[in-house]
Amino acid sequence: MFIWSAVTCHRFGLRQLAAASTVSLLICSAAIVASAQLRRPVSDDPPDPAVEQRLTKLSQELRCLVCQNETLADSRADLAEDLREEIRIQIRAGKSDQEIISFLTQRYGDFILYRPPVRPKTYLLWFGPFVLLLAGLAILFRYVKRRRDMIEEKPLSNADRAQVEKLLSSASRKETA
Amino acid sequence: MTRYLIPLVIFGVLVVFLAIGLGRDPHEVPSPLINKPAPPFKLAQLKDPSKTFSAEEMRGRVWLLNVWASWCISCRDEHPLLLEYARSGAVPIYGLNYKDKPEDALAWLGELGDPYVLSVSDLDGRIGIDYGVYGAPETYLIDQQGVIRFKQIGPVTPDVWTKSILPQVQELNRQGGYR
Repeated sequence: MFIWSAVTCHRFGLRQLAAASTVSLLICSAAIVASAQLRRPVSDDPPDPAVEQRLTKLSQELRCLVCQNETLADSRADLAEDLREEIRIQIRAGKSDQEIISFLTQRYGDFILYRPPVRPKTYLLWFGPFVLLLAGLAILFRYVKRRRDMIEEKPLSNADRAQVEKLLSSASRKETA
Repeated sequence: MTRYLIPLVIFGVLVVFLAIGLGRDPHEVPSPLINKPAPPFKLAQLKDPSKTFSAEEMRGRVWLLNVWASWCISCRDEHPLLLEYARSGAVPIYGLNYKDKPEDALAWLGELGDPYVLSVSDLDGRIGIDYGVYGAPETYLIDQQGVIRFKQIGPVTPDVWTKSILPQVQELNRQGGYR
């Protein structure tokens, strides 16, 4: 993996990185120091709860491209903060969720969406599991049916019956004893 | 026989898919901007903030836009190569100084050399968002019509340069901007 991916690593995620090499830790902390001074000035307006709520809801559906297993809502990466601020500005400007999402996918691609759109290219992704499930059910059904056909009912012979009765009576004797 | 063959085949297919998956770098996200017009920008120049530079000015020319910052460690790795390629004169390289402090950026260029025709300052990273930047360095190849033809995420390597960038530059220049 490239080192550059670690460069803008999230700020509070250092604990999760403990397993990673000391080198990448050092790189990360260096980037933190560098980027801390470069924070985009957040507007001075008091946070509007309605805007923040929409921002949270939207950004939970979006992937942070730097720390890819985190949502934009959770990530402390610099880019995630910038993108949240961008979304905030667009919400204030009265953009719809759809408009904001298309703004982001035009720039970062569908990869930024945790819920990929249904289109021919993603049919396999969306419907593949169901196809597999149906195939599995069909195989299971055929197998069970074949097994059932294979087991033929054999009538008990007189000797078997006598043995069954002997066993059963000895068992009931034990119980009463 | 088929009883044992079918699971074996399924297993083989799985191994192939997983092997391909392992060999790919998940950080290389395909850019939706390829073959799309390069987002316009007009920004102050790093060395002379009183002057601006806009992507429009490059119409009719093939050029590279390299996103860099003094805090970016891989940019340092990439830098000697950029200097070499700039010296070769194959294609003009312009810099987008991404979320950097101008004084740090200037010191960096002073120390390591300046491969760029000029750099512009994207102080708050807003133009970076338009270009879908998520990890510097990134390099865009832009054609005469202002269309992005290629994007390198991460440092440009000799391999990328000789196999992807240079052939495309030559091809675009040969076509002379007429398609």
